[in-house]
Amino acid sequence: MVRASHTQSASLGRSPEQRPALAALHNETLRAALVKMHLIRKFEETAEASYARGLIHGTMHLSIGQEASAVGATLPLRAEDYILSTHRGHGHCIAKGADPGRMFAEFFGKENGYCRGRGGSMHIADVAGGNLGANGIVAGGLPIAVGVGMSIKAQKQDRVCMVFFGDGAANEGAFHEALNLASIWKLPIVFVCENNKYGMSMDIARAMAVANVADRACAYAMPGVVVDGNDLPAVAAAALQAVERARGGGGPTLVECKTYRLRGHSKSDRNLYRTKEEIATWRDKDAIRRLEQELVKSGRFADADLLAIERAARKTIDDALEFAMASPDPDPRELTRDVYAE
Amino acid sequence: MPNELATPEVVTRELTYAEALREGLAQAMEADERVFLFGEDVGVYGGAFGVSGDLVHRFGTERVIDTPISELGIAGAAVGAAITGMKPVLELQFADFVTLAMEQIVNQAAKIRFMFGGTANVPMVIRLPGGSGTGAAGQHSQSLEAWFAHVPGLKVLQPSTPHDAKGLLLAAIDDPNPVLIFEHKLLYKTKGPVPAAPYRIPIGKAIVRRKGRDITIVGTSIMSIRAEAAAKRLAGEGIDAEIIDLRSLRPIDFVTIAASVGKTHRLLIVYEGVKIMGIGAEISAMIAESDAFNFLDAPIARLGGADVPLPYNPILEKAAVPQEDDIVAAARRLVRDGRA
Repeated sequence: MVRASHTQSASLGRSPEQRPALAALHNETLRAALVKMHLIRKFEETAEASYARGLIHGTMHLSIGQEASAVGATLPLRAEDYILSTHRGHGHCIAKGADPGRMFAEFFGKENGYCRGRGGSMHIADVAGGNLGANGIVAGGLPIAVGVGMSIKAQKQDRVCMVFFGDGAANEGAFHEALNLASIWKLPIVFVCENNKYGMSMDIARAMAVANVADRACAYAMPGVVVDGNDLPAVAAAALQAVERARGGGGPTLVECKTYRLRGHSKSDRNLYRTKEEIATWRDKDAIRRLEQELVKSGRFADADLLAIERAARKTIDDALEFAMASPDPDPRELTRDVYAE
Repeated sequence: MPNELATPEVVTRELTYAEALREGLAQAMEADERVFLFGEDVGVYGGAFGVSGDLVHRFGTERVIDTPISELGIAGAAVGAAITGMKPVLELQFADFVTLAMEQIVNQAAKIRFMFGGTANVPMVIRLPGGSGTGAAGQHSQSLEAWFAHVPGLKVLQPSTPHDAKGLLLAAIDDPNPVLIFEHKLLYKTKGPVPAAPYRIPIGKAIVRRKGRDITIVGTSIMSIRAEAAAKRLAGEGIDAEIIDLRSLRPIDFVTIAASVGKTHRLLIVYEGVKIMGIGAEISAMIAESDAFNFLDAPIARLGGADVPLPYNPILEKAAVPQEDDIVAAARRLVRDGRA
């Protein structure tokens, strides 16, 4: 875990302590995290295969490779806490506890999908579960998080709002407006930037004059933390500190998870802007395998435990796919339902 | 709730349009803790046009919230607050500044309910002071309401009287959907009778301001006031005009318009937004597509904003939007000559 390279706000927020991040997590917590990481990976691999087989129309954005940031960041959250997600949001959705069956059903445009087939992959929301929605607009969720934070504060609730966004979103005006508003009003928000190095094809190094998105936190007088986004315990530790700060009335934190999407931006991506070698390097840093190796090495899990976890995840996803494929399509006679609330 | 007053004993006073809005805001905030007002300079300044006035002193800075100049951010904040149990009322300082907040209004507020399969509501109100006549030129004088009437998921209101300003505002705050209220800057100081108790005017209902037999004039916002004044002059010439104040662009009260056209056989539509591609085109097309078309004895006529950015010079500024004289002339031409 590295602190962003600014000094101005040093007195405003504590640097995440250098603590053995793995040791801080209970076995059951780690098991649950690993289950979710596998669920995300298998959900997306299955979605990808369904596309290849022509079973799904529309588009999708896969987060394969970014599982540790989604699961690690949400580990300190409670059921009643809120998240806001992005177009690359399957991981956040599963991490917050969504049912993969209803997610697949949404993917397939089915009536019992999370959005009754009206939103698709890019708009999955599980409002009852605290997921206020993926978002098709880059940085779209950031200003919304401000209002969620205002709402939590006004209603004196013991909740926090975690908003995910990518490195691309950090160059939208909405990012800057939202961070400023959250800071001046000391809102219970955790800003989680999943910096996967590219905004579609645009390398972050060409898109941004500072080295880290988190460097921008100092402009809004909030702590900015850079963390290895493929290191689940490290992400969880950084998130815990940010969540505790938000819940305790200390205001927002910007956490930047440095990670990488192993797949292309969307299905049109031919990877013309990056090398096979670069992708291979990041594949070697795979967050799931890395965590598994660490768990075995630390003696806390046996190989058989890990195999059982993966097998269970496989079964859950297979069942989810089956549920979705057997689900009914929406009725065209209901086309205009829910445009307005009565 | 129909046009009923909440108390049997009705106390009505003369209030300005701005005072009526302020009274509505205060009553909504008194009745419901979830309601709060925020926007640029709505606190001690009292709002750029004086609408919020002393509300910050009555409700405190946690419910009447000054914001930085961040239109996109605060529009999004309204969305976030609305989907998590609050009822935000956002004031955008000038309607023109909505251009900076379009993303959150059009992509988020309008679509969240539908895209989420009906699992979330977005009960928010945005108040937008619009219109020309203050010498503020091209970026502070526009009438952009038709843009939003084009977006499924939004409701768009244009009150023209103090009575309607309060009643529609209270209805908008009650509404579980995002509602945009385009107020007119020239109307803030106009006075009219306003019941003291809270009351609601149903959204989506036009009102016949004057009954007439010879021509239907549909006006929006200040144009319905100008149309009423024009009708008085037309009456002197023996032309009996029926004046409809549209009040709500979306949903639109086509029934009231069609019924009137069925009676008068002539239709003139007057609005301040740019004439082409606007509300007049929509109403004309609705008539053309309906049985009411068969009743027309003359082409439909539209008076709207000239096809220019609003100019600064007062002579040019007046020339750019319909005035009372223009309405009189257009109605006369339609009734006497049968041409638009």
